[in-house]
Amino acid sequence: MSEDTTPQEEPQAADADDMVEDAPIRDLPDDPILAPLAEAFPTATFTSFQPRNGPRQDTVTVPRDDLVAFVGAVRDGGFETFVDVCGVDHLNRDPRYDVVINLLSMEHTQRLIIKVGLTGDDPTIPSITSIYAGANFYERETWDLFGIVFEGHTDLTRILLPDEWSGHPLRKNYNVGSVPVQFKGSHKTS
Amino acid sequence: MAGETSNPNFLLTTMEKGVNWTRTRSMWPATFGLACCAIEMMATGAAHNDLSRFGMEVFRASPRQADLMIVAGRVSQKMAPVLRQVYDQMAEPKWVISMGACASTGGMFNNYALVQGVDEIVPVDVYVPGCPPGPQSLIHGILTLQSKIMSGEIKRSTGIV
Amino acid sequence: MTDTSHTEEDNVASTPDTPDAGVVDESAAAERLREHDIWVAGTEEPEWIANATDEGAQEMLPRDLDPALAVQRGVVVDDDYVEEETIVDDERQIINMGPQHPATHGVLRLHMELEGETIRRVKPIIGYLHTGMEKTAETLPYMSGGTNVTRMDYLSPLNNELCYSLVVEQLLDVDIPPRAQAIRVLMTELNRISSHLIWLATFGMDIGALSMMIYGFRERESVLDFFEKVTGLRMNHNYIRPGGVAADLPPGWEDDVEGIFDIVRAGLDDYQDLLNGNPIFLDRTQGVGVITPAEAQQYGATGPIARAAGVNFDLRKAFPYSGIEQYEFDVPLGKHGDVFDRYLVRTEEIRQSIRIVEQVLETMPAGDYRTDDRKVTPPPRQRIDESMEALIHHFKLFTEGFKVPVGEAYQAVESPRGELGMYLVSNGSAKPWRLHVRTPSFATVQALPVMLTDLIVADVIATLASLDPVLGDVDR
Repeated sequence: MSEDTTPQEEPQAADADDMVEDAPIRDLPDDPILAPLAEAFPTATFTSFQPRNGPRQDTVTVPRDDLVAFVGAVRDGGFETFVDVCGVDHLNRDPRYDVVINLLSMEHTQRLIIKVGLTGDDPTIPSITSIYAGANFYERETWDLFGIVFEGHTDLTRILLPDEWSGHPLRKNYNVGSVPVQFKGSHKTS
Repeated sequence: MAGETSNPNFLLTTMEKGVNWTRTRSMWPATFGLACCAIEMMATGAAHNDLSRFGMEVFRASPRQADLMIVAGRVSQKMAPVLRQVYDQMAEPKWVISMGACASTGGMFNNYALVQGVDEIVPVDVYVPGCPPGPQSLIHGILTLQSKIMSGEIKRSTGIV
Repeated sequence: MTDTSHTEEDNVASTPDTPDAGVVDESAAAERLREHDIWVAGTEEPEWIANATDEGAQEMLPRDLDPALAVQRGVVVDDDYVEEETIVDDERQIINMGPQHPATHGVLRLHMELEGETIRRVKPIIGYLHTGMEKTAETLPYMSGGTNVTRMDYLSPLNNELCYSLVVEQLLDVDIPPRAQAIRVLMTELNRISSHLIWLATFGMDIGALSMMIYGFRERESVLDFFEKVTGLRMNHNYIRPGGVAADLPPGWEDDVEGIFDIVRAGLDDYQDLLNGNPIFLDRTQGVGVITPAEAQQYGATGPIARAAGVNFDLRKAFPYSGIEQYEFDVPLGKHGDVFDRYLVRTEEIRQSIRIVEQVLETMPAGDYRTDDRKVTPPPRQRIDESMEALIHHFKLFTEGFKVPVGEAYQAVESPRGELGMYLVSNGSAKPWRLHVRTPSFATVQALPVMLTDLIVADVIATLASLDPVLGDVDR
C-alpha cells in the first residue's frame, strides 16, 4: 500500500484526447473527501487539472463495475448535489464512449467529475438513479443522443427526439443532417 | 373550394372590399410562441410597441377563436405535427406569419432536429426575417399582411394544402 | 415490462396498448374516419392508429405499472407531503396540458392524472424545442460558438455566452483584462435584471395579475435599449466572446445605466406594493409548490429554487468567475421553499444585481476590452491596413478560427435559473469535439413532479411559473 501518486496509464491516455496538463492530485493524502475514496477504491484513477482561469478540476476514472458502489460512497462522502450526466463519443479511441458524471458538494464547495469508459460494442452502464434521483432525465437524454444503455433505469425512452426517431444523433458517425441551401441566382445544389 | 372568383358586379366588389377591411381589423393571433421570437412577440404586445392599436393584443389560446398564427420560433421535428394540428383546428379565414429566421428557413440551425422552414408544413403568407425580428419588424410584417388582405391578393386561405 | 435492452432500431419502448400496425384490408378513407371516431365512455376502447401526436413511449402508464409513481410519492427521495388518495379507476382522469398552451412558458407538455381537481401524478414531456445545439456546436468554430449557445436560454443570453467563453478560456492560455471582466459582470447582471423582470411579468400574468405583464416588459425595454446600444441587438447578442467582449462600451453608457436604475427601482417598489399584501396573491403562492433542500440537491435544482428552500449556495460566491468577487452583494435566502419565497428571492436578487452594477459603474477600470493575444482575438480594423501580421491574424481567425489546446473542462455560472454549466472536450482543432451544456431548467422540470404532488390544477400554473423554466434551456 502506498500513496502512489503517479497516474496509471489508462487506456484513454493513448489518444491525443488526453488532458495535457494532467497531474495526479498531489494533495491527495490531504484532501479529506477524496483520500478515503482513493483508498477504498484502488481501481479508481484520480487526476486533477488546474486551469489558468478557473477552479481546480478533479476527475476520477472508474471502471464500469465499480461505478455504483463508488458513486454511493461519493454521495456519502459529502457530494450531495447532483449536477450532470452526459456522454462523449471519442470515435477512434478504444473505449469509444465516456459517460461523464458531474457532482457537486455545496458543503465543501468542491466538484468531482467521474468518467466511465465504454466500448462501442457494449455501451451499457449501470444507472445511478437509485443514488441520485436527478439522474433520471439526464440518463434518458444520453440514451437518446448516444445510444448508451443505462441498466436499471426505470424508463429508458427517448426524451428529446420524437419516439419514432431512429439513430442516435450525437454519435460521431451520425451526420449533422444539414440540407443544402439554395441561394437565389446560384446554380450549385450543394 | 372554388373560392371567390372575381365578380364584375359593382355591389359585390364593394362588399368584398368591406369584408377584406373587416378581416384585417382585429385579427386575433393564436399563441404559438416557441422560442426567442416568442419573447419579441410578447414585447410587441406589451406597452412600448403596442399591438393593441391594431386590435391584436388578445392572443387567443384556443385556435378556434384565432385568425392568425404567428409561428414565432424554431419548429422541431417533434413539434411539427402539433403545429399542423393547431393550424387545422383554426377556422377559416386564417393566415400564417412565419416570424424569424428559424420559422422561415430553419435559420442558423441547419441540422437534423429542426424543420427547415415552417412552410414545409403550413402555407405561409408573410415571412418576417430577423433573429429575432424586433417588434418593429414584426409590426411591419403584420401591416404587410393587412395590406395583402385589403388588396385582395390573399382572397381566401386555401385550407388544406 | 420495462425493457431496457434497446438496440439501435428499437427506439420505442413497448407499451401494453400499442396496437398491431397494419389493419391491412381497410381502405384509406375508412382508416381516416376511424381516427376521428368519437369514443363513447363505457364502450369498448377502440384501437387507434398511431398518429405522430400520440404518446407512444411517453404514454401515462396505469398506476400499478408506472415506475415514476414511486419517485413522485416520495419513496425515492424524502418527500414532505403525503395525502391519502382514493383513486378509483373510473374516477381517474388524465389531462394533457400543452405543448401549445398559454401558461406553460413555452412548449412543455404535462400529463396530469387527476382525482377531481387534485393532482396525483405528473409526467412532464419535453423535447418539443430540441434544436440539436450540441451537435451544431461541433460544427462551429469557437468565435461563432457564442451565436449558437446564446439561443439556449433566450431570456438571459449573455449568461450563456459568458459560460461558453469561460470554459473555452479555461483551456486557452490567455489572460482576460480587468476591463473585459468588469464589462462581462455588468452585462450579465443587467441580464439577470431583465430576465427576472420577464419572470415577474409572466409569473404575475399566470397568477392573474395581468398588469404585471405590461409592467415587467415595460421596465425590461429600458435594459434592452441599453443592450441594443452596446451590442447592436436586443436579444441573442453574441457579445461576450472567448478573449473578452466584442466591442467596447459606447461613451455615455454610465448615464444610460443610471437611468435603468431609476426606472427599475421605482417599478420594483410599485410591484411589491401591488403584490406583497394582496390576499389573493398570498393565497395562491404561500405553501404551494414546496421543495425541500434535500430534494433540490438530489435533483440538481439550483439557483433561486434551492435558495428559496434555504440552501445557501450561489455560484458567484462559491466558485467566483470573471472578477465578481470584488463586488459586494448579498445572497437572498428563503425559508419555506414555496412559490412565494421564490418570488421574494427573485425580487431581492434584482435589487442585489442593481447593487453590483452600481459598484461596477463606480469602479470600471480603463484598459482593453479584450485580450491582446492576436491568435485569439482579431486585431483592430485600422491595424489591418498597417501591418501584414495583423492581416494574417485576421485572415486566419475568420477563416479557420483559433485552435484550443487538447483538454476537457467544466465551467459553471450562476444564471438567473440556476447553475448553467458547460462541459467542453477539445481535440486541439478549431471546433469543439463535444460541448455539453448542463442547463438549469432541465433539472427543475425534472423536479416538477415532486413539487406538484397533491396540489390542485391552479397550483400547477403557479408552481410552473415560479420555476421559471425556459424551454430552449430544457431542450437545447
